[in-house]
Amino acid sequence: MAKLFELAPPPVDLPEQVAGLRAEVRAFLAEEQEAGLWRPRVDSWLSGWDERFSKELGRRGWLGMTIPTEFGGRGRGALDRYVVTEELLAAGAPVAAHWIADRQIGPSLLRFGTVEQRERFLPGIAAGEIYFGIGMSEPDSGSDLASVRSRAVRVDGGWELTGTKVWTSGAHHAHAFFALVRTSPADGADRHAGLSQLIVDLRAPGVTIRPIPLLTGAHHFNEVVFDEVFVPDTMVLGEIGQGWHQVTSELAFERSGPERYLSTFPLLAAAVGELAGRPVDAGRRRDLGGLVSRYWTLRQMSLAVAGALDAGQTPDIAAAVVKDLGTRFENEVIDVVRSLVPVPPDPGAEGGYARLLADAVRHAPGFTLRGGTNEILRGIVARGLGLR
Amino acid sequence: MSELRELADSVFGDSRESAGYGFDAGLWAICAETGLARLTLPEAAGGSEGSFADAATVLTAAGRFAARVPLVETDLLAGWLLHAAGIGLPAGPLSAVAAADLEIAGGRVTGRLRRVAWGRAVAGVAVLTGENVVLVDTAVDTAGLEIVEGTNVAEEPRDDLVLTGVAVRVAPLPEDAAAEFPLRAALGRSLLLAGASRGALEMAVRYATERVQFGRPIAKLQAIQQTLALAAAEVAAAEASSATAARQADRRGVVAAAPAIAAAKARTGEAAGQVARIAHQVHGAIGFTREHDLRLTTTRLWAWRDEDGADARWNEQLGERALQAGQGGLWALLTGTPHDATTRH
Repeated sequence: MAKLFELAPPPVDLPEQVAGLRAEVRAFLAEEQEAGLWRPRVDSWLSGWDERFSKELGRRGWLGMTIPTEFGGRGRGALDRYVVTEELLAAGAPVAAHWIADRQIGPSLLRFGTVEQRERFLPGIAAGEIYFGIGMSEPDSGSDLASVRSRAVRVDGGWELTGTKVWTSGAHHAHAFFALVRTSPADGADRHAGLSQLIVDLRAPGVTIRPIPLLTGAHHFNEVVFDEVFVPDTMVLGEIGQGWHQVTSELAFERSGPERYLSTFPLLAAAVGELAGRPVDAGRRRDLGGLVSRYWTLRQMSLAVAGALDAGQTPDIAAAVVKDLGTRFENEVIDVVRSLVPVPPDPGAEGGYARLLADAVRHAPGFTLRGGTNEILRGIVARGLGLR
Repeated sequence: MSELRELADSVFGDSRESAGYGFDAGLWAICAETGLARLTLPEAAGGSEGSFADAATVLTAAGRFAARVPLVETDLLAGWLLHAAGIGLPAGPLSAVAAADLEIAGGRVTGRLRRVAWGRAVAGVAVLTGENVVLVDTAVDTAGLEIVEGTNVAEEPRDDLVLTGVAVRVAPLPEDAAAEFPLRAALGRSLLLAGASRGALEMAVRYATERVQFGRPIAKLQAIQQTLALAAAEVAAAEASSATAARQADRRGVVAAAPAIAAAKARTGEAAGQVARIAHQVHGAIGFTREHDLRLTTTRLWAWRDEDGADARWNEQLGERALQAGQGGLWALLTGTPHDATTRH
């Protein structure tokens, strides 16, 4: 029988020294909550924009952890960062402001950025002071990302950018984003050619940002319109024409982190709180335990991918599997807690289970869409299986 | 690929045969000769002193190729239990079972051992009962022993042993053995399940690339691609959960790894049903006939998910742990990290 595909990289043991780091983060989060500085949220990496909190994390050395010290980072390993991020997400802490910058912009700048770009942005990212968005999707380009129509034309000293990006979380607060744009006309034979990434200052003349409210009514998403926006040559990321390669490598950082299975964890924790002191029959214990065994497994899978990425491997299939399983699971958590706790969702509640449930059900459709829809991810897995 | 993995793949891959039934004596001889039969046992018990991670490598290969030998029973269960109790191991394949309601007097046992794996084929059965470990050494003395044959849905022997004053070795139960025994059984079973899931997926993938309908291999249909990707995700979950449980058993000891092992048995059991269903759906009618080898893995998935504790049982235990941990301790439970009572989530 033929040798087949690696679906799950080998298990990873967290280094012993992370226990201390984890305890520090937990103690800090407990203090913040006791001081009433924020309430746990579901999907806090989209919904919890809190610049004070981000700066405090930066001050404590918990952002830009994998960025080398020469660029203001902490020079630590990916698994150290993993421990910090999973603690933050599990607590429902407000991590949205720095999330994109810390997760993917920092690593992309390290990989493709010039020294000038690194010096300009990385220290601020590590300090929790510079925030980024994502400029990939467009009104007519979702899953088919190579069809983007935003266009940059060569002008003296740089590029002039025209087009529209959508679903840009936090664009109204962020300083900049990486825009995936066409820098030469589409080539019928190679759709991935002629794409480039530009670092766009979201306060530049010609940039218009319009809110796109979510189902909750909250303003996180935006449409970003460029009208002849000048981008200097110094703000080209990587190489002109290499945008597709760069953006797909950026997506690899997006796919398999703890945010792909923990978005609804604060809801489950609140549900367990609701059950305290009440009789819970065997069927409901089983349902709750089913979530525990699946959380346990997803976390090990996600950690294994982080370990493989850190070792310089490209576990694309395993990463796609984690996101497919993890984001479906985030939805299943909602179904199960509804069967455990007889409290309807209440969008008007200040906090607590009913409010978390109301936010969870309205955020849930996004879980299996963002960062590549699950159908697209299964296509990646199918390719890995040799089916296409 | 590790040498052990290569060895296991070649030993079990070569022995796979469609028409085989019951204990595979030829394969067992190879396992004994290569040290796979007593992989994790100490040298003093004729073992290879391997880790649970090594057992994971071997057992997933055994599950993948539907090996008809009692590896878990001999190595992880009976060998461990007898050696820990100070009872010498009989030569050959062994089995093990936990049993209540046995009468033990004067070195003789009366009672019924139910659904003993490979009961008819083994040289001895280690029985964990009450405060004792009992060895029924079937090679030495079979007077008073009646074997009532049965099977699981994979047609693996699951026999009742009816004992009427059978002469046995008896030793006191080692400390913690009663807690460790079901965990070892569940760990071993989850590794076999992970292997069988992979075996079923491999067959379904291969079939999809070979079977032509509508003028092209069905693998080219998006519906098939999507459904096989779902199966692959389940296989990945089965492999990850069981491999992690083995790793934790090495690092922390079997009893301390209880949550990991519970999660592994529950998750591999859940994956088993889904992978078997998809593999059969992709194969169409031929897959659910005896003319096709798919059954070698899928019937094992159906049998094994309910053996050594079905997913429901282990999930119920985990649910109980979650309730005990409470809102503030739930995350600590999931991460296997100490919970500071002052920490809230």
